[in-house]
Amino acid sequence: MTVTAAPLGQDKAVDPGPADRPRRRRRDRDTAGWPVAVLGWLGSLLLFSPIAYMLLKSFQTETDAAAPAPKLAFHPTLEHYQDAFQAGFWAYAGNSIAVAAVSTILVLLLAVPAAYALAVRPVRKAQDALFFFISTKMMPVAAGIIPIYVVAQRLGLLNTVVVLVILHLGMNLPLAIWMIRSFLQEVPGEVLEAAALDGAGRLRTMRSIVLPLVRPGLWSTALLCCVFSWNEYFYAVNLTTTTSTLPLFMQKFLSFGELYTAQVAAVATVVSIPVVILGWICQRSLVRGLLFGAVK
Amino acid sequence: MTAVSQPTAPVRPLTRRGSWSRRAPLLPALGFTLVLTQIPFALTIWYSLRNWNLLSPGRKGFAGLANYRATFTDDTFWKAIWNTVILTGGATIASVVVGLVLAMLLQKKFPGRGVARTLAITPFFVMPVAVALFWRSAMFDPSFGLLGWLTDLVGLPRVNWLSEQSMLSIIMITSWRWTPFAMLVLLAGLQALPEDQLEAARVDGAGWWWQLRGVVLPHLRPFLELTALLLSMNIIQTFGEIALLTAGGPAFGTTNITYYVYLRAFSSFDWGTASAYGLVALVLTIALAMPALRLLSGIFQQEGRR
Repeated sequence: MTVTAAPLGQDKAVDPGPADRPRRRRRDRDTAGWPVAVLGWLGSLLLFSPIAYMLLKSFQTETDAAAPAPKLAFHPTLEHYQDAFQAGFWAYAGNSIAVAAVSTILVLLLAVPAAYALAVRPVRKAQDALFFFISTKMMPVAAGIIPIYVVAQRLGLLNTVVVLVILHLGMNLPLAIWMIRSFLQEVPGEVLEAAALDGAGRLRTMRSIVLPLVRPGLWSTALLCCVFSWNEYFYAVNLTTTTSTLPLFMQKFLSFGELYTAQVAAVATVVSIPVVILGWICQRSLVRGLLFGAVK
Repeated sequence: MTAVSQPTAPVRPLTRRGSWSRRAPLLPALGFTLVLTQIPFALTIWYSLRNWNLLSPGRKGFAGLANYRATFTDDTFWKAIWNTVILTGGATIASVVVGLVLAMLLQKKFPGRGVARTLAITPFFVMPVAVALFWRSAMFDPSFGLLGWLTDLVGLPRVNWLSEQSMLSIIMITSWRWTPFAMLVLLAGLQALPEDQLEAARVDGAGWWWQLRGVVLPHLRPFLELTALLLSMNIIQTFGEIALLTAGGPAFGTTNITYYVYLRAFSSFDWGTASAYGLVALVLTIALAMPALRLLSGIFQQEGRR
């Protein structure tokens, strides 16, 4: 099986020579005929069209945006973007950034050692431990929300960013362990043996050899955790009100009664741009991390 | 073959001290996850056995199995279970099927493929709450929405999506969000398809349909299973779309388990019953997820055999 995703920053140990793989012919066969190309573009554009439509509306006046037919000729306006940054936007944005950053850093601090104990120097029953982590993702979030609310209330954590950091940490940890474990498994055993022969301790091997090798994987795991934390709504809406993250800021637009399409489009665009860019950056490693831990 | 080798630490006897030093790095994550998942679980069991309605604070005390009786005799609860199954099943199947077709299209090289892939993946990353609000007014709205304009265009009657076709609307927006993810995973699966097998099928004169059925789909099977598992795990928790688009209605028609527990807990403030709902839902989810979990462990065992 050839792994054709982005390189991980290490040489692949086995590369079938040109004799095994007639590259020129392969490339010819991989090239799509025009029907496939057209359909591929159409499919992608269809998926993207609601977002394109959102971008379009965000530059329209409310009057233009209220027309059901897509209006392509209009005088673009930036007023909704200017308005987007009012009404406490920055407080919510600051909370979102803080929660995403702190919870992600904590996730990595817990997940890297755990993944090490599952992949590099495995504990007994490593499979079972991994299994436990993943199974917690299957529990319905609703089943635990009442005790979480009660405990948070007792500890005075309701309506704080701390409670969101803790819960986002719990939400992302299983995924991060799963992904980092599969990145660590791709580190060739010879590298570790060579380091051990050179007399490097385990901590040093980890710090100066293994972690640099899996750094792209760690980055993409971190980015993904940021994306999920940024978009998380259930805990935010149940445990916080005024001190909260951007999804709750968005939700306010619902309580105005009538929805202002263009204004919603502009705010939705603003709050989505950071994570969409992060997502674009880590899309490939996301798949590698999810897949190659499970399916070879 | 895979260029991945299993890193093996130098073999040494597992002494007691050695096994603890192995375990140490795992313990913080394990401890945290245990505390965060098992304490609420235990507390939920306790609450579910008590009368605890915030609106009638006098009646607090041991309730025995009364909350469970209320759960099992509540038609809306079963409706919510059924809605959860329909929503999860429908959106998972739709996302996997569309994702597979897209992955097969976007696997081949063509001009601008990278851009096309990037555009296709975007719905997965935009903030769900934000797009749900946008869809509500700009897509689903019967008089101002794009979908109304499209049905006019092809001569269909206007549909008030969120009230007449509420479940379909929720499935639509959920599938739209998860299709790109399915596509990404299946794309990786397709790229791992051994060239020589397709080659052999082609030499045997197999058309594209037989190549698909005989080679591609069998190869993709574990990838399809994994995709369906990851999707259903996430879609079963759907909350934001329901809260913002239909508020569970009309007539609880789009209330899934997550949303129903939320309604009981934070709008009726009946915490005893809500806890019982949560627990029954948890047990049912585990029962439903068992085949999936077994599948997952099967995948891991295959990996162990490599």
